[in-house]
Amino acid sequence: MNAGTQTHSHSSRSAVIRSVDAARRYLGGKFTAVENVSLDFMKGQVTALVGPSGCGKTTVLRLISGLEEPTEGQIFAGGKPIEGPGPDRGMIFQAYTSFPWLTALGNVEYGMNILKVPKAEARERAMQWLETFHLGDFADAYPAELSGGMKQRVAIARTLAQNPAVLLMDEPFGALDAQVRWEMQEMMIEILSREDKTVILVTHDIQEAIYLADRIVFFTSNPGRVKHDIVLEFKNGHRFARKEEMLKQRDYAEIEAQLFVWMREEIQKTG
Amino acid sequence: MENTLSTEPVAKGSTGADKKKRKPVLNLLSPVSPRQAIILGIIGGIVFFLIWEIGHYMTPEESKRFLPSPQHVLSTLYTLLTEKGFLSDIGISLFRIIGSFTAVCLVAVPLGIFMGCFDNMRALINPVVSGARYLPAASFIPLLLVWFGPTDTQKMALLFLGVIFFLIALILDNTRAVQKELIEAALTMGASRKQIVFGVVARAATPAILDSMRNMIAVGWTYLVIAEIVAAQDGIGAVMMRAGRFLKADVIMAGILTIGILGVMTDIAFRLIAHYAVPWNRKRSN
Repeated sequence: MNAGTQTHSHSSRSAVIRSVDAARRYLGGKFTAVENVSLDFMKGQVTALVGPSGCGKTTVLRLISGLEEPTEGQIFAGGKPIEGPGPDRGMIFQAYTSFPWLTALGNVEYGMNILKVPKAEARERAMQWLETFHLGDFADAYPAELSGGMKQRVAIARTLAQNPAVLLMDEPFGALDAQVRWEMQEMMIEILSREDKTVILVTHDIQEAIYLADRIVFFTSNPGRVKHDIVLEFKNGHRFARKEEMLKQRDYAEIEAQLFVWMREEIQKTG
Repeated sequence: MENTLSTEPVAKGSTGADKKKRKPVLNLLSPVSPRQAIILGIIGGIVFFLIWEIGHYMTPEESKRFLPSPQHVLSTLYTLLTEKGFLSDIGISLFRIIGSFTAVCLVAVPLGIFMGCFDNMRALINPVVSGARYLPAASFIPLLLVWFGPTDTQKMALLFLGVIFFLIALILDNTRAVQKELIEAALTMGASRKQIVFGVVARAATPAILDSMRNMIAVGWTYLVIAEIVAAQDGIGAVMMRAGRFLKADVIMAGILTIGILGVMTDIAFRLIAHYAVPWNRKRSN
């Protein structure tokens, strides 16, 4: 199968997150969400975790975030074993998590306040982040006054304002309509061109995975395991500011079709 | 008639009646403007007093004083307030309810949030608390009389017992209803346990907690009157009980009316507090 090159070819770069044979089982081992996960996530690399529902891709993200612990194996962040969540690994959720009792500005300041950034500096940086996300005019608005896409931008700005080494995104645009999702994807490309972030993205949207990621890890279900690990070589390290530019690439359709074939295999397996 | 679009020209005038389709009175999901709501509320009030008035009118003459007319009750209330020192009774009742409800909140709000945040604490405390809800508070009256005598403490203790277990249960639910992702987001940002309990969970649950308090103070009024009817020299309930001995239905009804008005006022007070304390939760409509 045309699975592409293994990511370990990035030998010049170091692994920011390293998972060593990690597994997460529930019900005293009776149910396995995911097992045998050995993955290195390289600095500056955007990795999409893709696979059928229930393949454990979100579990992997939660293990890296520290919100859940592996029942076997170990996961390292910056060389140290992960012990619970921390601001070095910022997380974006599918559900809107901007705090409803804080304004957009207050939300972005919140993360910096936790890191004890001086108030004046936090305010200035928060305003800059809001400008970056085209929310400058909405600094004093409460989330209830913002659209879904804007709420999610506030959440992303809040996370990035903490300057995490790794950005974990769990279906970040899954609740948004198609147009807003597209806008958000292009915005992410823009942000990533300025901030050299390591990103791990869980998505069920194959096009989104190919557009945003440098590398795609495909999971199989029952039990959840890594089945394919491909680097999107057709992009040649390039990230496309406009989505249609990527869609025009000759190899794009081939990769997309390949992923659909893998998905179909999974669906038929459980059928 | 076929259910197709007619291409025939329609004569002028004949359409008027057809086009002005009357909306049914009962419309699902159709909003009411604040002005309409006020008008409808006033109409409802008028209808209530009208039924009362009709009831009074239909009562045989010799029994009329047991169902006095609304205007008679209002004039009795006026006399009570201006000549009989009823205002001080109202003050005493208010003092009792505010005092005991404050005590209830001081215990129930922290405890409910605490239990809602930590499952082991919930497992420890909840069986007792939820069981206690099934003990009728009124059955504690003899015991409270033995302990405290017919004092303010006894009345406030009854109100406390009648309300607190329900309020704890409600606040526990309010706390547990806080979206899990808000807590997880705070955790991934490195917030401490303390920062999450006070800064995230308590704040997120505040609107719901204020609603629970508003609903439970209404129940508090019930226990206050029960306490004052059983053994009291003063307070709204005591005045009503005394009037009962002399078959003064007008005074009793004036008392009921007063409690109703005060109840509505506490409700409004809580809504105002919620409006200003949690501005972010105001229903916004452009």
